Amino acid sequence: MNTANHKRHTLSVLVENAAGVLSQVSRLFSRKGYNIESLAVGTTDDPGVSRITIEVLCDDQQIEQITNQLRKQYSVYSVRLLPPDSSIRRELVLIKVKAESREVRNEVIQIANIFRASIIDVSTTTLTLAIIGEESKDDALERLLDEFGILELVRTGMVALERGRATISDNADNKETDEFELGKNVL
Amino acid sequence: MRMKGSQIVMECLLEQGVDTVFGYPGGTILNIYDEFELHGYKEKIHHYLTSHEQGASHAADGYARSTGKVGVCFATSGPGATNLVTGIATAYYDSSPVVLITCNVSENLIGKDSFQEVDITGITMPITKCNYLVKDVNQLADVIREAFAIARSGRPGPVLIDIAKNVTAAEADYAYMPVSEHPNHGRLANMLRRAGRDLKTPEPDQNDIDKLLELIEQSKRPLVLVGGGVIRSKGAVPEFRRFMETLDAPVASTIMGGGACPGDHPLFTGMVGMHGSHASNMATYECDLLIAIGCRFSDRVATSPSTFARKAKIVHIDIDRAEIDKNVRTYHHIIGDARRVLELLNENLPQHDYSEWKDHVFSRKEVPLKKDGSLHPHEILETIQELTGGDAIIATDVGQHQMWSCQYYHFSHPGQLLTSGGFGTMGFGLGAAMGAKVGNPDKVVVHCTGDGCFRMNCHELSTLEHYHIPVITVIFDNRTLGMVRQWQNLIYHKRFSQTDLDRGPDFVKLAEAYGLHGFRAKNQAEFADAFRQALALGTGCVIDCAIDMDAMVHPMVNGGTPVTDFLLD
Repeated sequence: MNTANHKRHTLSVLVENAAGVLSQVSRLFSRKGYNIESLAVGTTDDPGVSRITIEVLCDDQQIEQITNQLRKQYSVYSVRLLPPDSSIRRELVLIKVKAESREVRNEVIQIANIFRASIIDVSTTTLTLAIIGEESKDDALERLLDEFGILELVRTGMVALERGRATISDNADNKETDEFELGKNVL
Repeated sequence: MRMKGSQIVMECLLEQGVDTVFGYPGGTILNIYDEFELHGYKEKIHHYLTSHEQGASHAADGYARSTGKVGVCFATSGPGATNLVTGIATAYYDSSPVVLITCNVSENLIGKDSFQEVDITGITMPITKCNYLVKDVNQLADVIREAFAIARSGRPGPVLIDIAKNVTAAEADYAYMPVSEHPNHGRLANMLRRAGRDLKTPEPDQNDIDKLLELIEQSKRPLVLVGGGVIRSKGAVPEFRRFMETLDAPVASTIMGGGACPGDHPLFTGMVGMHGSHASNMATYECDLLIAIGCRFSDRVATSPSTFARKAKIVHIDIDRAEIDKNVRTYHHIIGDARRVLELLNENLPQHDYSEWKDHVFSRKEVPLKKDGSLHPHEILETIQELTGGDAIIATDVGQHQMWSCQYYHFSHPGQLLTSGGFGTMGFGLGAAMGAKVGNPDKVVVHCTGDGCFRMNCHELSTLEHYHIPVITVIFDNRTLGMVRQWQNLIYHKRFSQTDLDRGPDFVKLAEAYGLHGFRAKNQAEFADAFRQALALGTGCVIDCAIDMDAMVHPMVNGGTPVTDFLLD
């Protein structure tokens, strides 16, 4: 596959909170041959609705295909491609680092302070840090901690919202959304 | 009224006006099958027991395609359910409305790799419009109502409902509700509320319609490409014919669009694509405006998407927004039901005259037809055409005979051609023909097949015999997998790897073994004679037609190449 025009796209998807829906959404990506870079899912303020944030590397035409295919699913309520310039993206990373001496512990704590990461667990031989940020900040911390020995690392997956007043429900007045709804009409 | 889940299933089918079900019983679906006897539902819903679940799924599909109603199919869990998979995919690719009801093991056994347990909702996720696993009897009626609404609405398609066995035995309150009330209740009401606007009268955008009318005014060489969307949309065909005659432009058809434009109409250029006519394919290359209605530019139509209709502005009319710009880039699109879009177009479309362009398109030479005393495929189809007055329903399998049927039979109304155009399912035809005959008892139903395809599901002959379903099977018997051999002939330097079918059975004896009539034909006169007898007998018949092993489908455009590079002979 030609990857020259690939860039990172962030999709926000509102879906029915029901069994099988996550698998339905994620399978769409594998069916079309695209790799999910990151996926985060949780319920919203409405318990019947979940919000999935998906990051995918692909070109503009491919993301259009993915969006279109997502929109025609009955369990998908709304899809929005978040504009990179006006969106905030955050990911929580937990890192367990080897820290067997006092010097190492102090050094790790200093690094954590600089990055505004919090120490959430400590033992005689380890420290566990939590950091929230975008990948550049997380990656920089990860590189610095690498020399002490990272025992474990886990990411939640990126979540994102648009800046300002814009919300995913703004799609409601758009002609394209209407066109998809027409196909879903069951009357 | 308090009743068991199994009875709720039956009542919900009656709500939908279902009187025909194809299926096969088994352990988990016993409660539902028991209703036919226990509460006498067999008086209201005719169940056809097939030889194999695949045959049942194709029969429900053929019933749906030929009647426009939703086809219904029952199967048990595990292998019963997986045997439906090919039939579901076939229906999905050709947008045929089918509701499949399977039962799974009881809830307490789900997830334990129990006997005949399978995750059929997981398996069929990519080939259904929607599917459900019902674990709560209180939701059963609601789910069935939603399933039927989804199967027949928008772009139709198959919907599967998997019901845990204990749900069919549990009791719940059920109250009859007419179909017109369904959208105001339960899940359907939620779905519509979420859509957030008035969807009661969904309309195509008038600006989009006006823009197409403008493009038509500017066009000198317009071409209409009609697809299965016009066949599936109820009442679209009369509007389409008015549209094409007012526009007076050449009309090409995809395989699924067969019957939208009468096959013998002076504007009809024939099928387009890989085995499309010279006129159709050259017209897509030369036109300056391509109006595509209800088609999806599959690789068999747009063999080379980057060069397809490259001189033309492509206007795509479809109900499924996700089809726009999927396979070819379009200039303009209109989203809506084909009937309604065409109605709106017809309101303001003046009469056009493109004589010069039409003369040019129809001046293309087509493949000369052979006549030399041996039996040629076109002679078989011409004979069927003549003896059925062009009014028969033709169900095909997949391969050369399928292409010949589409090229040489003149379809004149929607639902007349039943063929697996998208998925290309060998073995589809007999089941589909059976379903079509059950749904259209007054029509002659002919099943055109090859010797390879027929072997795949010929066990349904016993179903034809048992229920006295008089389908006439015509085997284009070339003792080989003809289409594959054609490719081997042309592309693989005549290395005929594993395509010779130099083996039994004797199809005439096979027909007789199933209690039907068998005939052999080696020339057109013998075939005509056999077909006349078959029509007169009014029972299931098999006519085995010996044709040349190296007969080919012409013209042909190789996959991936532009339509200008084609083989005429």
